[in-house]
This record gives sequence, structure tokens and C-alpha cells, in this order.
Amino acid sequence: MREKAIWALGLLGAVVMIYNLHTVFLNLPDEAMQGAIYRIIFIHVPAAISAQVFFTVSLVASILFLVKKNHAFDAVAVSCIEVGTMLVLVNLVTGSIWGKSQWGIWWAWDLRMTSQLMCFLLYLGYLVVRPAIAEPTQRATMSAFIAIFAYADIPLVDLAIRLPNVRTQHPGAVLETGQMAPMFIPPFLVGILAVLLISTALVLVRLHQETSQREIDSLRRELHAL
Amino acid sequence: MPHGLSTAFAIARKDLRTELRTKESINASASFALVILVLFSFAFNLERDEFYAISGGLLWLVFVFAGALIVNRSFSRELPNDCLDVLVASPAPGWAIFLGKAMAAFVLLTIVEAISLPIFGLFYNIHWMDSAGPLVIIILLATWGITIVGAAFSAVIVNVRLRELMLPVLLYPILIPLLIAAMGSTTALLSGEQMTGDNFSYIRQLIGFDAMYTALALYMIEFILVV
Repeated sequence: MREKAIWALGLLGAVVMIYNLHTVFLNLPDEAMQGAIYRIIFIHVPAAISAQVFFTVSLVASILFLVKKNHAFDAVAVSCIEVGTMLVLVNLVTGSIWGKSQWGIWWAWDLRMTSQLMCFLLYLGYLVVRPAIAEPTQRATMSAFIAIFAYADIPLVDLAIRLPNVRTQHPGAVLETGQMAPMFIPPFLVGILAVLLISTALVLVRLHQETSQREIDSLRRELHAL
Repeated sequence: MPHGLSTAFAIARKDLRTELRTKESINASASFALVILVLFSFAFNLERDEFYAISGGLLWLVFVFAGALIVNRSFSRELPNDCLDVLVASPAPGWAIFLGKAMAAFVLLTIVEAISLPIFGLFYNIHWMDSAGPLVIIILLATWGITIVGAAFSAVIVNVRLRELMLPVLLYPILIPLLIAAMGSTTALLSGEQMTGDNFSYIRQLIGFDAMYTALALYMIEFILVV
């Protein structure tokens, strides 16, 4: 039943994504100043927003694990962080491609890009350290600690383009500043929904893997005890 | 003095006494700092005046690389003979143990920085004495940030395989905001600027970083030490 639900969610996300890509590539005109490359925003921003959603979920799950010591919360945290880290990488790569086209450079060390890269490195550190801890409860506790520390960067990423008196090369928040033409807003929002649906399906797959791994580990311990 | 604080000072004194008798960490860290200073001199072929533009960055890279060696020993020095388990099982509060170790690491790293700074000035012909007062404040603020976060992660990875490799992987990304502020303010000071206006935001950033991560680490360390 659970697997069917995951499949259904993934398929729904794929259908919404394909529909949106069709709209973006075939129905929308090129942007007046950027040309065709502006279309990257329909992947770039949804990836960033989805990543932040999952990192927030991982923060809550990590805190709940430390309070309740239930390994299900640790499984949720690691699943969200894995998918979130991948989404941040998509965000950084698509942003670099856009930057090369518009600014002539692959990278600029402004506050938004630096903080997002820092976010990627922090959560990459979480994923690197985790397998090095053999004991499950210790692993989960240390991972929760690292996840809570790492989340301190997320508000910085969010505020980087919103803080007054902070000069940044990165464009401002397109919806808040009204920089996006009205015809682009519906596919932009649908793009966010599509990426969220697909990445939620991926999180659920990973969660299923973690749950299965814990069951296998507990069966192995029972076998050893016999 | 409250019980916890006196415990923290006792642990700091213990760590400092141990380290100052053997000088293992200080010798290794100071030697490493010296080597990095030498290597950086080959990396850049700049005129003397141009060095001022990168002086803050150079100096703090040296400090943070040397600092990783110091903080890595904070908790790993207690592993032989199960000393860490004994410490955790003692009536001492977890936050006091952690604070004591962070304070000891802070003093040790400050000693290494005090050795490295004149050598840095010598090798690169940087006149730092003119801005010694504000420079010392920045160094102390940033060093506290490095040691408090470093000691916290040292506690996290004390039982992890390859902990000497894992600590930099975790520590350096977290320190990026602190390093940006430390490097920017140090470069400004060494270039003859004052810590006013835009430059004062670096000080605010350092204080904010220190306050936030000190509170977070002190609150959360109990979860790590009792596992």
C-alpha cells in the first residue's frame, strides 16, 4: 500500500513536471532581456525552495529525535537531508549556468551564493560523517546535533537577498519584488509544486529504505542473540 | 562561584596543565602554522603593498588550520583509560565539562596565534603593531568562535573513525561566516582602516556568531556527552 502511494505521488509529480515543462518551453515567449535562458528559473528556484522545506523538516525531526529518542525521526531527518542536499546541488549548478549566460562568470562570491554553497557543504558533511558512526543511537544523536547546527545557515540563505544595505549580485526574490511578469507566475508556482511532489516521493523512498535497514539490523541482532 | 563554572575552570586548568607539561598540541600546531606561512609565501608573487589586500585571509587560514589541530585534541585526549566515560559519569554537568575544554582550547590556540602573528609580520613585511589593540579584540572574538564550535564537533566525532579527517569536513563550513568577518576586519585593520562604519559590521558579525553558537553548543552538549 505504501509503495503504491509513493509510486502514485512520483507519477503525479512527473506528470505535473512534464505539463509544466511543456508550458514553459512551448507556450511562453523568450524573456525580453535574458532570452531563452530565463527558463532555468523554473527549475532553479523550485529546487531551492524544496530544499529549504526538507531541511526545515529535518530540523524538526532532529529535535524530535533528541527529545523522544525514536529512530523513526532520525530516518525522516536523513531522508530529507539527502534529497535536500541533492536539490541544493541542482540549485547551484543551474544558477551557475544562468550566471555564465547573464554575467559572463560561472560563480560570484556574493552573500546568497556563498551561503547556499555553505549550506551544501554543511549538509554534505552530515552525509559524510554519518556512515563513520557504527552504533545506531550514537549515529542518530550525532547526526541530529550536526543537522541542528547546519540549519543555522538557512535563515542566512533566505535573508541574503532581502537584507537592507547588503549588496548582492544575485537577483532579488522575484515574487516579492514584482520582477516576474504576470504570465510567468502560474508556471513558476506549478514548477514549485512539481519539484516538491517528485522530491517528496524520493524522500519517501529513502525513508522506506531506512526503515527496512533498521528492521534488517534488528533481525540480525536477534539472530546473533540466538 | 556557581558549582558548574568552578568545575569548568577546574577542567580548563587540568587540560592546560597537561598540555603545558607535554606541549604536544602547541608544538605541532605552531610548527604547522609556520609551515603554512612558508608555503603561502611561494603561492603568491605579489608586491609588498599588494600583500595587505590578502593579509587577513592569509592570517586566518593559518589560524584556522592550526586551530583544527588544537580542538581535535579537546576530547580525544580523554579517550585513553576511559577518562571520557569517567568525566561524563562524574557529578560535573555536561556543559561545564564542555566549557572547560573549550576554554582550554581557546587559551592554547591564542598561544599559537601569538607565536604565529609576529612571524607572519616578519615574512610578509606586514606592520600589524599600529593596529594591535583592535586586532587583538578581533583575534580573541574569532578564536572563541573557532574553539567553541571546534570543541563541540570534537565531542561529536570523538568516537568516529577517521576523526582527524572528519573534523575539518564539519568544522570549516560552519566557520565560514566567522572567517569572512575575521578576514575582512583583519584586512581592513592591517590596511590602516578604522573599525567604524561598514567595518564595524564585521565586529557585530563576530559577536553574533560567538553568542549564537556558544548558547547552542552549551545547550546541546548534554545530548552528545551522555550517548
